[in-house]
Amino acid sequence: MNPNKKRLRRTMMFLNAQKPGLIKDPYIYKPDSIMLDLEDAVAENQKDAARFSLYHALQTIDYRGCEKVVRINGLETAFWREDVRCAVAGGCDSIRIPKTESAQDVKTVEEVIIQSEKEFGREPGSVLIMAAIESARGVMRALDICESSERLFGIALSGGDYTKDLQTRITGTGIELMGARQNMVIAARAAGVQCFDTVYTDMNDMAGFQQDVETIHLMGFDGKSIINPRQINTVHKIFTPSEKEVIFAEKVVREIDEKKAQGIGVFTVDGKMIDIAFYDGAKRTIELAKASGTYKGGLLDD
Amino acid sequence: MINAVGRDIPEEILEKTGKEVFQGVHHFDGYTYRKHGPLTQAVINSDGSKLVAGIHDVLVKCGIKDGMTVSFHHHFREGDYVVNMVMEEIHKMGIRDITICASSLGKAHDPIVPYIEDGTISNIYSSGVRGKIGEAISHGKLKGLAVMQSHGGRVRSLVTGERQIDIAFIGAPTCDDYGNCRGIGGNSNCGVLSYAIADSLHADKVVAITDCLVPFPNFPAHISMTRVDYVVEVDAIGDPKKIATGAAKPTTDQRKLMMADYCTEFVVNSPYFKDGFSYQTGVGGASIASTISLAKEMKERNVHMRFGVGGLTKPMCDLLINNQVDCLLDTQDFDLDAVESVKDLRHFRISAGQYADPFNKGAVVNKLDFVILAALEVDEKFNCNVVVGSDGVITGAQGGHPDTAAGAKCAIVITPLLQGRIPAICTEVTTVTTPGESVDVVITDYGIAINPKRTDLIEAMKDVDLPFKTIEELREIAQSITGEPERVKFEDRVVGVIESRDGTIMDVVRQIKPFEFSEE
Amino acid sequence: MIEIKKPAMAGTLESSDCQVTVEEGEGTIEFSLDSTVINQYGNQIRKVAYDTLKNLDVKNVKLAIVDKGALDCTIRARIEAAVYRSAEQTENLPWGGAIRS
Repeated sequence: MNPNKKRLRRTMMFLNAQKPGLIKDPYIYKPDSIMLDLEDAVAENQKDAARFSLYHALQTIDYRGCEKVVRINGLETAFWREDVRCAVAGGCDSIRIPKTESAQDVKTVEEVIIQSEKEFGREPGSVLIMAAIESARGVMRALDICESSERLFGIALSGGDYTKDLQTRITGTGIELMGARQNMVIAARAAGVQCFDTVYTDMNDMAGFQQDVETIHLMGFDGKSIINPRQINTVHKIFTPSEKEVIFAEKVVREIDEKKAQGIGVFTVDGKMIDIAFYDGAKRTIELAKASGTYKGGLLDD
Repeated sequence: MINAVGRDIPEEILEKTGKEVFQGVHHFDGYTYRKHGPLTQAVINSDGSKLVAGIHDVLVKCGIKDGMTVSFHHHFREGDYVVNMVMEEIHKMGIRDITICASSLGKAHDPIVPYIEDGTISNIYSSGVRGKIGEAISHGKLKGLAVMQSHGGRVRSLVTGERQIDIAFIGAPTCDDYGNCRGIGGNSNCGVLSYAIADSLHADKVVAITDCLVPFPNFPAHISMTRVDYVVEVDAIGDPKKIATGAAKPTTDQRKLMMADYCTEFVVNSPYFKDGFSYQTGVGGASIASTISLAKEMKERNVHMRFGVGGLTKPMCDLLINNQVDCLLDTQDFDLDAVESVKDLRHFRISAGQYADPFNKGAVVNKLDFVILAALEVDEKFNCNVVVGSDGVITGAQGGHPDTAAGAKCAIVITPLLQGRIPAICTEVTTVTTPGESVDVVITDYGIAINPKRTDLIEAMKDVDLPFKTIEELREIAQSITGEPERVKFEDRVVGVIESRDGTIMDVVRQIKPFEFSEE
Repeated sequence: MIEIKKPAMAGTLESSDCQVTVEEGEGTIEFSLDSTVINQYGNQIRKVAYDTLKNLDVKNVKLAIVDKGALDCTIRARIEAAVYRSAEQTENLPWGGAIRS
C-alpha cells in the first residue's frame, strides 16, 4: 500500500492553479494538503494556461511536506485527460475527481493515471485518488466509490453542488448536509478510507465556522476543505487531541505493546477496560498530537 | 572612508557636506554644544495683526532671494497644498537655488519636479521622498544633494544650527491674525503640529498659512504667536480627504495577520512585556494588526501599558479608550479617530524634538520598550533600508525608524520575506538607513530571526513556539525561491545622502544607471 | 519545430505574474521585456525565455513579456501557454519533454 494513503489530512486548502501569487508559497500557512484547482476556479478559456502553470509549480516549488492534490476537470469535459497527464507528469501526490457518481468514474480516471505513470516514468501506484461527491446519486453510492480502487484514499463532500441537487441550499446550520455527511463518513469508515467535509464559505463568520468544524470532528471526519488560510488554525486546533487524551493514548500504546509481549489480551488503563482494538485509535491520537506540534514524547518516532 | 556599517563614503561628499562618517549609534552620547537661536525681529507696535495679503507678498516681506532655505511640515500627508503653492510662487518670482528643508515630501508634491529640473530647487532635506521627486533625484535631476534625515535627526540639525532655515512655512489648520497656530479644528484638521515646532523655534522667518482664520486668541496654541512673523490666509491648505482618512479596515490578509501574531507572541514572551511597558508601532497592515492582537493579549494577561508613542491610529487610541494604556504621546495622526483622540486629556501632543532628537537632554524614544517597524530590505547584519527601493530609486522615508530603533529596548522589524520577486532579507541592503546594531528582531512570514547580539532575547525565547531561524537561513530561503538578484547598477555620481540621526553619514545614494542586458 | 504563425497571448498583469505575447517573427527570435524587477532579474528572465523557446524548438518569433515580478516557473509556463495557443495544441502535450523546468 502507498504509505501516504493514510497520511494526516486535517486541512486541504483550495488554490487556483492559474494564480501564480497564490500557488507560490501556500505552505507557510501549514495546511496538511493543498489542492491545486484546474476545475471551477479556472475560467473555461484559461484551462490550457492553468496546466502549464500547474506543471511548473509542481516541478519547481518546494511545498515543504504539504500533500499536492490536483483537482482535475469533470469527466464530462474535454479537459480531464490532459489534466491527469499534466498533474502526473508534474509530480502531484494525488488526483481529486470532481462530481464522482460511481465506482466506474474512479476506475476511468485510474486508467489514465496508470497510463500516465508509465508515460512519465513515475512509480506505479504512486499517484493516489480522492473522489469528491457532489450529488445525491454520489452520496447513495458512497460505499461503492470508497471501494472502487486501491489508490483511493478518501472521499470528500462538495456541499454547493450537492445541496443544489437536493433542491435545498447552504444554510450555515448544517441541517441540509446531515444525511450526506452521515452517509459518507459511515461509508468511508466501512471501506477503511478517509472522509473530508465541504468548504465553509462565509469568511466573516468565524464562530459559525468553528461550530461547523466541531460538528464534523465529532461525526468522525478526517478533515475539512479550506478556502482561506485564516481557517487553518481553527481546524488544526479542533483536531488536536487534548493533553489528557494524549496521555491516555500513550499509556494505551505502551501497555498494549508490553502486554502483547506477555500474551495478555485484556487489561485496564486508568480504570478502563482496554484491548487490542484500542491500539489504532490511540496511535492515531498520538499521530495527530505530533502533527499539531503538541506531542513532545518519544512514541512512534520512527 | 568606510563607516561603522561598512559603507564607503566618498571623500568628495565628506568635503562637500563637512560631515563625518557614521561611527556607531552611541558615539555622540554626552556631546556638548550651544543651541542655535533664530534671527528675531521684534514686534512692538500695536497694529494688532500679522496678516499679509498672499504668498507673493509674504515672500517679499521675508526677503526671499536666491539660495535661501525654506521649510515645510508634512502633517497634511498626501493632502498637502502648502509646499506646491509656495514653490509655485517662488518659481514665478524667478528665484533660484532654493534648498527645501521639509519634515517629509510625498507624491502630493509631484508638481514641484519641474522646479527641480529648472534649478529653482537645488537641494532637498527631507525624511524621504516618494513618487516623481524620488525618480527625479535618482535620475540625477537635482543639482545639489538630497539629504535624508530621520525625524529626530532633522530637529538635531536645526537645534545645533547645522541647518539654518531662512523662512519656515507652517500650514496651520486654525490660526488667529497674530499667529497662534493649532493643529486642531478647521477644514484641514491634522490633530498636532509636532514636526513644525522645531521650525518655529529655529527659523529666521516664520510664516503661518491657514484656511481657517479664527478670532484671537487661538488658545491653547500649539505654536505660539511669539515665534510667528506673518500670517497668510488662503482658500485651502490641504485636502481633508487625504489628510486623515477614516480608520483603515483591519487587514484580512492572512500573511500580514500571521506576521502580526508572530510579533505579538514574541512581544508577550519577551522580558519587557510587563505592567507599565511602553510601545510604538507604525501604520502598515501588519503593524496595525499586531496592535490589535496585542490588545487582546494584554486584556487576557491583565497587563497594562504605561504609554504609547508616535504616529497614531485607531487601534492605539482604542487602547486609551479601553483604559489599557495610561497615556499617548502623539507626533502625528493618521486617521480621524486619532485626530479626535487628541481631545482626550490623556492624549499628549509632543514635538518631534521631544520625541526623537538625539542631541537634546533625553528624548521619548529612549524610554521605549518596544517599537514595531517595517522595512524595504534587511540584510544579514540586520541593517535596514527604508528609503531606497531595491531598484535603486528613492521611494521612502526614514521617519522615526532609526530614532526609535536606537532608543527602544526591543526593536522589531516586520516584513514579508518577498516583496514580489524581490527578497526583503538580503546579503547587503541597497542603502543603509538604520544600523543593524539597533535592530533586535526581524519577523517574516517564513520565520523570525533574532539579532545574534541579543543573546538575552535568544535565551528568553528558548521555549517559545515560534518559527525561529537565523537571518542567513531567511536570506537563503528567499533566494532559493527568487533566484539571486543582480545588484542594481549605479553611476558614480552621488545624488543623495542618508544622514544618521547624529548628523554623520550613514550611506550615500547614487544616480541609477538605466538597465541594459548583459552581453549574450 | 513549432512555427509561430498566429499571434497569441497568455498570463496576466497581476503581481507575481507576467503577460506573454508571441507573434510571427522575421526569421529570428526578437525579445522584448518590460519588468518591475528588470534591474535585478532582467538578465535572468531573458535567459529563462530563450531557454524555454529552445526547449520548445521555436526559432522564429517576436516574444514580448510584461513582467510583474513572476518567478522563473511562471515565466516558463506563460511562454509555453502562449506558444501552444499559437500552435493551437491543447492535448497530448509533451510534459517533461519540450515542456520542462
